Parts: sequence; C-alpha cells; structure tokens
Amino acid sequence: MNELFNEITVLSVVSLGAIGGVAAIVLFLVAQKFKVIEDPRIDEVEDLLPGANCGGCGLAGCRALAEAIVRAESLEGFNCPPGGSEVMQDIAEAMGWEASESTPMIAVLRCNGTREFAPPKVKYEGAMTCAFAHNLFAGEGGCPFGCLGCGDCVEACDFDAMYMDKDTNLPVILDDKCVACEACVKECPRDIIEMRKKGKKNRRIFVSCINKEKGGVARKNCKVACIGCGKCVKECKFDAITLENNLAYIDFEKCTLCRKCPPVCPTNAIHELNFPERKKKVEKEAKTE
Amino acid sequence: MGGVHPPENKLAEKQAIERLEPPKSVAIPLAQHLGVPAEPVVSRGDQVKTGQLIAKGEAFISAHIHSSVSGKVKKIDAVTDASGYRKKAIIIDVEGDEWEEGIDRDEGLQKQCDLDAKEILEKIHNAGIVGLGGATFPSHVKLNVPRGKKAEYLIINGVECEPCLTADHRLMLEKGEEILVGVQLQMKALGVKKAIVGIEQNKPDAIQHFTKLAKDYEGISVQALEVKYPQGAEKQLIKALINREVPSGKLPIEVGCVVHNVGTAFAVYEAVQKNKPLIDRVVTVSGSSVKKPSNFMVRIGTPVSALIEAAGGLPEDTGKVINGGPMMGKALNDLEVPVTKGTSGILIFTENEASRPVEQNCIRCARCVTICPMGLEPYLLAPLAEKQRLEECEDERIMDCMECGSCLYICPSAKPLLDHIRVGKTRVGKMIRERSA
Repeated sequence: MNELFNEITVLSVVSLGAIGGVAAIVLFLVAQKFKVIEDPRIDEVEDLLPGANCGGCGLAGCRALAEAIVRAESLEGFNCPPGGSEVMQDIAEAMGWEASESTPMIAVLRCNGTREFAPPKVKYEGAMTCAFAHNLFAGEGGCPFGCLGCGDCVEACDFDAMYMDKDTNLPVILDDKCVACEACVKECPRDIIEMRKKGKKNRRIFVSCINKEKGGVARKNCKVACIGCGKCVKECKFDAITLENNLAYIDFEKCTLCRKCPPVCPTNAIHELNFPERKKKVEKEAKTE
Repeated sequence: MGGVHPPENKLAEKQAIERLEPPKSVAIPLAQHLGVPAEPVVSRGDQVKTGQLIAKGEAFISAHIHSSVSGKVKKIDAVTDASGYRKKAIIIDVEGDEWEEGIDRDEGLQKQCDLDAKEILEKIHNAGIVGLGGATFPSHVKLNVPRGKKAEYLIINGVECEPCLTADHRLMLEKGEEILVGVQLQMKALGVKKAIVGIEQNKPDAIQHFTKLAKDYEGISVQALEVKYPQGAEKQLIKALINREVPSGKLPIEVGCVVHNVGTAFAVYEAVQKNKPLIDRVVTVSGSSVKKPSNFMVRIGTPVSALIEAAGGLPEDTGKVINGGPMMGKALNDLEVPVTKGTSGILIFTENEASRPVEQNCIRCARCVTICPMGLEPYLLAPLAEKQRLEECEDERIMDCMECGSCLYICPSAKPLLDHIRVGKTRVGKMIRERSA
C-alpha cells in the first residue's frame, strides 16, 4: 500500500514537473519572440494626464495622447484642454523638454435669441433633441440660424460646464469649468457655439448672432439679431471686424478688446463679457436727456 | 407584415371636388420636388400667363415649374414653406386668368393618343410632373427605366391609406376615365403590358367604378386591398398586389415594378392629352372642428390660409395645422405657407387632438416591433440613434425605415420613436456617404 502510494506520488510529481518545465520554456521563448517593447515614458505621461478620456485633444483618450506625445518626442501641436498649461508644463518637466504655451480657448454661444428677444411663435412638441428640431423647422422663435433650446450641447458636455437657462431657453457656459474640448461645438446642428480666445481676465467681445439673412428679415424674428449695418466695422481701428452675408464677425486674434464697437451696435448684438461696468454710459444717458 | 388601424375619419369623403379661384397673390417655391431646385427663367416685373414655364429643372433629378396664375412677377424671394424654413419662391401678383396658348381647357375626355413612348415622356417632362402621392419624385425620371432593368408592371396607387385624406378618392370617382387614360399613356411610355390599380376596401364606390371602367382598357386590372396603414407605401403595395418583395435598399424596378399615384396618372393625362402642365392639384381640407370639410382643386402657390378660409375658417381651439396626412404629415408653423405639388391635405386638429401625451419609459411590450411594416425594431433603433451608435443602427437596418409613423402611433408610452429614428437616418446616411467618398 505504502509502496504503491509512493510510486503514484513520484510518477505524478515527475510528470507534472516535466510538463511544467516544458511549458515554462515554451512560454519563455514565445515571450522573447513577441516581446512588446513599450516606452516606460508612456505610462509616466499618462499618469500626469487628467484621465478623463474626453477626446478633447483630438485623440482617442489619455493613453493615446501619451503615446503620441512620446512618439513625437515633443509637445509641439499637442494640447490637453482639460489639463491646460499646468499639465503640459508637468509633462515637459518630467520629460526634460520645454513646453510651448498655447492660447487658452473657451466655448462661446453666438446667439442671444432668448424668449424675450425672439418670442416663440409656435410650440415644439417633438423629441427634445436639437438634431431633430433642426430637421423639422426653423425654431420656435422663427430664426433659422438661432438656438433651438433643446440642449444637445449640454448633453454633450462631459465637464458640467453648461446648463440650460430655463428663462431664456439658451445654454449657459461656465467660464471656470469649460475646458475647450469642443464637444458642444461638434454637437450643435447649427454651429452656433464657437471656440474663441479666452482673453485676458476672461474678457471677450463677440457678435452674439450668426444670422445671415437680410437685416429686416432677421429683425422680424429677433430683436437682437445682427442686421449687417456695418457700423462696428467702421468703428474698429484694428480691422478686426469683417462683414459678410449681412453678418459681422470679430476676429479674436486681431481684436484688442478696446470696447469701441459694442456701444455703436444698434441691436446690441455685440456682447462684452467680464469687463468692469462702463462709466461713460451714465454720461451718455445724461446727454440724451 | 405589420400595419396599424388608426380611425379613418374620412370626413370629406362625400364632398365633390370644388375648384378654388386663384388668390390675389401666389408664392411658387422653386423646390417642390425631390432633387435639385429649379432655376427661375423669369425675373421681377415680367408678365406671365397661366401655364407658362417660370423655372427650369435641368438637373437629372429635378422638375420644371410653371406659373399657376396669370399676372406680374412681384419678386423672387425667400418665403417660409412647408419645410419650416425660408426657401426661394417666385411671388406673382394675380391679374385676371389668361392661359398660355396651346392648353386645351375643354373638360371633354380625350382618349385617342398617337404619340410614341419617347414623345409621351417628353411631354411629361415638360409639364413638370412629380409624384403626387407626397414624395414628389420627378415622374419622367421614374418612367425612364434604367438600362439593364425591365419593367413588367405599372402599379397605380389608389390606396390613400392615410386617415382623413380623401383627395385621391374623390379624384378616382370624378375623373376615373381620365385616370385610366393616364395609366394607359404611362404603360405606353414604360412599355409594359400590365397595370394594376390598387384600392383599399374602405372605398367600395371607387372599386366598383374602376372595375366597371377598366373593362374597356386592355391590360388594366383593379384589385381591392385590406384596409390598414401603410397599405399605400410602395413596397407594401407591391407585396400586396403581386407578392414580390423589394430587397432592402433597392427600388421597385428591381422586381419589375413602377408605382405611381392616381393623382399623378391624372396629371399625366392632362399633360399629354391637354398640354396642361402641373399647375393645380386636389387638396383635402379636413378635421373634426372644420365647419366644411372639403376637397379643393387648388392652384399651386395658393396660401394655406386661403384654403382654410374656404373651408369655413380656422376654428378657435386649433392646436395644430398639419400639412399632409395625420400619420406622415408635418405641423405647419406659418399659415401663409403655399400649397405645393406635394400637398395632399391640410388637416386641422384641436388642441386636445394635437397634443402629444407625456413620454414614459419603454415597457418592452414590443408593439412597435409587431406593427413595423418593414420588420424593424423601433424600440431598439430609437435609443441607438439617440446615443449616436450609428454602426449598430446601420446593422439594424435603420435605412429601411420609411418613416410611416406607425411605431409612434402605437407606442403606449408615447415615446418619440420616429423622431429619434429620423435623426439616426440622417446621421447614418451621412456616414455612408462619407465612407463611399
């Protein structure tokens, strides 16, 4: 009995040991043959990225960006919108490169067709998605260029940087949360949201309208539409404003934020954000009175 | 397969077609058909006569447009049309009613035709005829069978399965002979020996009338069809009449068929035998609150408000005014929208009838799957489309959806299934085009 037991034990130990040995050799050889040499720096860079996988950089996710950065051996042309310059600095430091500063951008809504300025003429009852409403009609207010107010952009935002204002029926972009990933820009069926330079102290001046119709037609639907009168173009000393298809556009690269154009706009279509309140306004009103 | 049975509400069934006088001013849109919009050949201040060519559709898929009135071209400008957007239209101030020479305005029946197939096609092309069932596909393109394909049957759609609409029904009763001559002309143009007129069983008078008349016309037969929606959809009609299935993504010509509406057949008759271009059509104005539900013969370009006025005015409790049938039609956001070649009906719904119920969660009852005439799964397609999972949408054959609206109609949770599927279709279509480009 004891002998038999010994024999089985020895046999099984030897045979299993042999199989194990052969398998180990095979595995070792295969691992040698198909070895993936991965740059350890990829992991290092990935650790520094925010890990939101938002795709804001234009790549599939943070890992893809890390791979691309390491492969390119430079930060030139790469941008992580949520991480911003801080993250890029960190990566540059870790890699021993120099980081180039890129201009911070932010999403800007170029429509001011609130319920007050563009009163709804009809009521929309379909699925609450701008994509469908856009296929169906010009919009409750009647402007074929204006915001439809179904909130596809808010849905697309991964950073809670947008919400729908119930009173105006327009989306609101939060300056401190927007990371310029462009998800909303891509989602908007009417291309109302534009990526613009964030500006010093978050100050921005832009035409809050993209209506290309003739002035009279545009005004019929919305009190604050750009009517293409060209007054702002004349006012601008820096050639930053162009007029095309009855619509003024302010080039944010050329604009010096001098604040000359907003007051001349007869329909208040030019918006200025985060500026201190105007002093002149009081004087002006006093004059007219 | 599939289908729903919405209440028929054919209130204007017994109302004879009434000819509506031209209004003071018409707006004739340049895009009234599928394909490329026509190019205007008149300019501001020109005098035009009724039936005169005012815009040319030279592209392969396009159609000519003729003036429906006589008068002076006021301007060529954008006006809101049934699409809900402002599109280019020729606006004409009406002065008298002087017709273009060569148009035979005699009401008498003209049976004899000595023209050959090519000449008939030419006349149909020149008259700017498009499919009057609603899709407005240019008829001359449809009747020109592509090389390598052979047409066996001409199928004439007299189903009118949309509830409320009675335009085709009245036309069949009042212009039966003319329609059959039109069918014969199309058979000649196509070179087919057999034509079948399909009519739903809820129109026994039309079936009887046509069966009697068709005896004198060789090759034309009449078939009664089960009442269900959408019986008049092209693929469903072919299946019901000759039991052939059009493959996914293909046209009826693949199974040897060309399908035309009865209204189109009448327009073909007028174009070929009377030289009259497509400048008017029958439009049903109906609804439970409408004082006088009617069928009007209307000049193209007449504002919808004039039609409503003629039917007794807009009721106070109106919730929606629909252009087309209640199932596939679209609510108008402006009552000055002009009647176009594709306008089959103007329906007025009270607020009660028009409002959509509150959307609830899908309860997986699978009614939408049971009734989908194309054998699709709307409960699945809608969320896939909503989440933009386009490849999966394509695998689930979203492009086969004909947007009949049965799923939206049957859904007990009132989910806007079709709304999402429509968006999905547009996106998948774009994806497919980009891939092949």
